[in-house]
Order: sequence, then C-alpha cells, then structure tokens
Amino acid sequence: MNHVALKMLMGDKGKYMGIIMGLTFASLIMTQQPAIFVGLMSRSYSFISDVGLPDIWVMDSKVQFVDDIKPLQDTELYRVRGISGVEWATPMYKGLLKARLTDGTFQTCIVVGLDDATLIGGPPVMLEGKIADLRRSDSVIVDIDGARDKLGKPSSIPGGKPIPLKIGDTLELNDRRAIVVGIAKVTRTFQSQPVVYTTYSRAKSYAPRERKLLSFVLVKAKKGENLTDLSHRIHEATGLAAYTQAEFKELTYEYFMHNTGIPINFGISVLLGFIVGAAIAGQTFYNFTLENLRQFGVLKAMGTSNLTLLRMILLQAVLVGSIGYGLGVGLTALFGYAMRHTILAFKFPWQLLLFSGAGVSLICIFAAMISILKVIRLEPAIVFKG
Amino acid sequence: MSLAVHCKNVTKIYDTGGQKVTALNRIDLDINIGELMMLVGPSGCGKTTLISVIAGILDQDEGTCELFGENLRNLSGKDKLNFRARNIGFVFQAFNLLPSLNAAENVSIPLIINGMKRIEAERKAVTILEQVGLGERWKFLPSQLSGGQQQRVAIARALVHNPRLIVCDEPTSALDHETGQNVMSMLKDVAMHKDRTLVIVTHDSRIFNFADRVAEMDDGQIINVKGEG
Repeated sequence: MNHVALKMLMGDKGKYMGIIMGLTFASLIMTQQPAIFVGLMSRSYSFISDVGLPDIWVMDSKVQFVDDIKPLQDTELYRVRGISGVEWATPMYKGLLKARLTDGTFQTCIVVGLDDATLIGGPPVMLEGKIADLRRSDSVIVDIDGARDKLGKPSSIPGGKPIPLKIGDTLELNDRRAIVVGIAKVTRTFQSQPVVYTTYSRAKSYAPRERKLLSFVLVKAKKGENLTDLSHRIHEATGLAAYTQAEFKELTYEYFMHNTGIPINFGISVLLGFIVGAAIAGQTFYNFTLENLRQFGVLKAMGTSNLTLLRMILLQAVLVGSIGYGLGVGLTALFGYAMRHTILAFKFPWQLLLFSGAGVSLICIFAAMISILKVIRLEPAIVFKG
Repeated sequence: MSLAVHCKNVTKIYDTGGQKVTALNRIDLDINIGELMMLVGPSGCGKTTLISVIAGILDQDEGTCELFGENLRNLSGKDKLNFRARNIGFVFQAFNLLPSLNAAENVSIPLIINGMKRIEAERKAVTILEQVGLGERWKFLPSQLSGGQQQRVAIARALVHNPRLIVCDEPTSALDHETGQNVMSMLKDVAMHKDRTLVIVTHDSRIFNFADRVAEMDDGQIINVKGEG
C-alpha cells in the first residue's frame, strides 16, 4: 500500500506542493533565526578564537568576559613565566580607544597590543602586508571591515561610501600617529567595532596613562602538560584567574547569556519561529489527512487494517518532512552563504542541524499521530454517507 | 438455497447528542446466494445502516447478522477485516475512487489489500476493466472519466477480487437515466452469477426491474418484500 500512500500524497500537485512549502517555510524559520542567534553569540568570543595559539589566558580574577578588562601590573607576566609547566607567556593589551579620522570625526576601536618580540596573538589572516611590519615605527594593522567602513576616509561625494583605508594611510590614536602597514581579516566582534593591532609597548603609548595596562597574559603550556592543572597552579601562585581557551569562551558566552537581553529577546524570536513553524507544518499535514479521510475510510471499508493505514500516513509524513526539511535547511544555508560578506551574524553548526531536524521530525510525527488517531477512530461506514 | 445474509432481530440505535434515534428496528432479512436484492425506501429509513451492518462495517446493537454463515460480531478485528477484504465488494453512490490513482490502480486496491503484488494486481485490474468496457482507459484518472465510466471503474473494483457479496449504495443516483440503466445492465451481466449475491440500496424506481426481490423499508423496519415466492 506504500505506492497508494505516495500516490495519494503526490496525486494532487497543488496540495502536495502546499505541504512541502509549508514544511520548507517551517524548517527555514526554525533554522535561520537560531543560526543568526548562534552566529551572534559566537561573536561574543570571536576575539578568543582569533588569537588561537595560547592554551591559557591569565587575567584579573574579577574579569567576567573578554571585553571586561581589569588591567594587571606588568610584573604579573614575570610571575606567570616562573610557574612550572609554562612553555612561554606573553603580554597582551586590549582596550577601547578613540581613533581620530581624517575628517576629524572619532571612531571607537578595539586596540590590541601584541608582545613586541613574538607578536603572538596577531590577526589570524593577513590580507595585505605582514604581521612583522608591526615592528616598523608607529605601525598598526587594521581589520578589513573596519578599514572599509568605520575607519574609512570620507567619500568625496556627499553621502557616498567611505574610501577604504589602505597601507600607508594614517590614523590618530589618542593624539599619536598610527600608520597602516597591513590589512587583516578577523572574525567580527560582538559590537562590530574596528580592530587595530599594534605592539604591546606602542599600545601602551596610545592608551591613556594608567598605572596598570596589561590586559591578559597569554600562556602556552609545555608539551604533555594538563591544562586544567596548570590553570590551577597559575591561580594558586598568582591569585589571578587562569582559563583555558574553551573555559574563557564559555565564561564570555555565559556572561552574555545571563547579563544581556539578547538571549531573552532573540530566544523569544527563535521560540516563536519554532512554534509558528511547528503550527504551520502540523496544521498543513493534519489538513491533508483530514481532506483524505474519506479515502482512508474507503480503504478501511475494503479491509485495510489500521496498522497499514498508520504505515501509510507515517510514510507520507516522513517523505514530506524530509523534503520540506531538506529544502528549508538548504534555503537557510543559501541565506547564510549570500550574507557571508555582510555584517549579519550567521553560524550553522551541525548541532543546530540536528536540533532542527529533530524538531521537524517531532512536528511531522505529532501531526501524523493526530491524523492517525482520526483515521483509527474513523467509522468505515462514513463511505456510505453521500 | 443457501443464505448469503441472515439477519435476525437486528437493531441499531444512534445516540445523536443525547437523543436516541432508532435506525434499524428488529429487522429480519434473509438474502439468498445468487440473488439480487434491492433495499428501497425514503431517506432516513435505515437502508444505508442496514447495508453497513450486512457488510460488517457497522456493528448492530442487538440481534444477529450472519454473512455466509459467519457471525461477523464474533470475529476478531483482524479476522473481520480479512473476511471483508476477501468476501465483500463495495460500490458507492459517490464512486469513492481515489482521485490520484488511475483506473487500473483504483481497481487493483482490493487485490493489494488481499496481499497480491502491485504489478500482478494492476494486470488483473486491466482485465476486469476490459470486461466493463474500459480496457482502453485503464490509465485515465477518475477526473478524466465521465460519471458512468467512474461508476464502471467502481464496479470493476468491487468485482476484481471475486467477492461473494457486493453491496451497492445508490449506484445510479449520480447518473442520468440512460447511463443508470446501462450501469445496472452491466452490473447484472458482469457481477451476477450463481455464487454471488448483490445487495443494492436505491431510491431509483426505474431500476427496480433488475432486482430478484425488493425489500421496502420505512422507519427502520422492512415493511414489505416484493417478488417473494
């Protein structure tokens, strides 16, 4: 009877397309909104991901997330270097500074100061120039998005697009000259501010004068060292917080989840998307079964068992669910691909694929179950009613 | 002559929102094997309820109804389904063909329900369609066929698995007079033989002449059986 079930499903092209479109739309809103949410949340720790190389981040014990800088004394670097199991430790400055643009306007940007000797923690991808160029005087590397947009030079046409910064252009950071020696590709940050890389010592000269300016100590563990044990040793020896990369990401992510309105605002949108998607998909499939109730009644009168009818409905549900889900996820992926060069946050991890797949399956099975109940309770004598 | 249907004291009461409606009131009816019996009467007199009980798709509240000596109420759900699938063919007023299946696929359904492979079932369906004059149109969807042709497909579907009883509910009411007469002639020619019984519910007095006996119903009772003796 599988053939009959498939024919019943696909026979009326209009209705069939309607169900598929309903499920496609449901899958689309069930994956697209969460993908944006995941993308946005992953930006909260994008800086940590971009730095990449160090195993452990050491910071003030009161730091709550990556942008919550509570500076340390430079001497802390040497204390960390002295702890057993540390292969190397380098300083990093991270702060928000105002850049004065050529038209006199100011733009807040994230300034990252890298260890002068090793330049560890630099941008993950250089598009123009080399990281080593940071050793030249007054040099900075600017991220491509910032260079094109917020740090760009004003257009000669009023209202026109800014002219992107290029190598050799200058900025003013806290009244000090900064010469662009490279353009880098970095992952967008949560606030989407331009990122400017320079050396640690130069960053300190750009920063307002303070007694403490060391933001983080980046630590590489010796080969075979247990990172959790080393973190504990650093904490015990210095009183500073020491997190593995994954822990620091988690800390940052949790801070944004619990202390900002993003999860609740976005969560409602995601939840609504899921509910609306579920309602559309469930209702569409349920309506299809209701419309075919008489046909199921005919089959039942002719001797088809409830089990066979159940199998037929499940087959229909699985088929439309799979096609609708595939198309919906495909559209979401296309959407993400089309938006890859824009400011929009979008991340589609496999867990989301699994979660939405389970969601659509649940909806289809639920709708099928309700439909099946209707069919099981159906009096075959319905077929004699005109 | 052996009995195809033996109904004794059959009563069926519907509960419609607290109000009890007696659809069948102590019906006694015997239908012989090889007989064409028509159930006639005004709307709401219980004709459709009676054939539903006879066909085993509705349970009576009281009395017994035996089909070829088998009391369907004593059968388990699965056995009852199997019995119905093997022994009963249905022809409905509204044809009730599956709109997305072509004529051959519609006709093959009872065979598939009885476990035959689809290809073989469709091959046999085409043979039956030839018998009802639609051999050339086996690929047509119901929407591509006229009302008379759809009813002939429905008759072929009722016959294809060679059932011992065919129940027809108003088989000509959706058809014009001439088509109705043609459908009845064909039904009688193709379906009737000494081992098969036909029970037809109808309003259409113009087809009474096809019946061996006509049972008149009113208010859930059989008030008269014409053609007896």
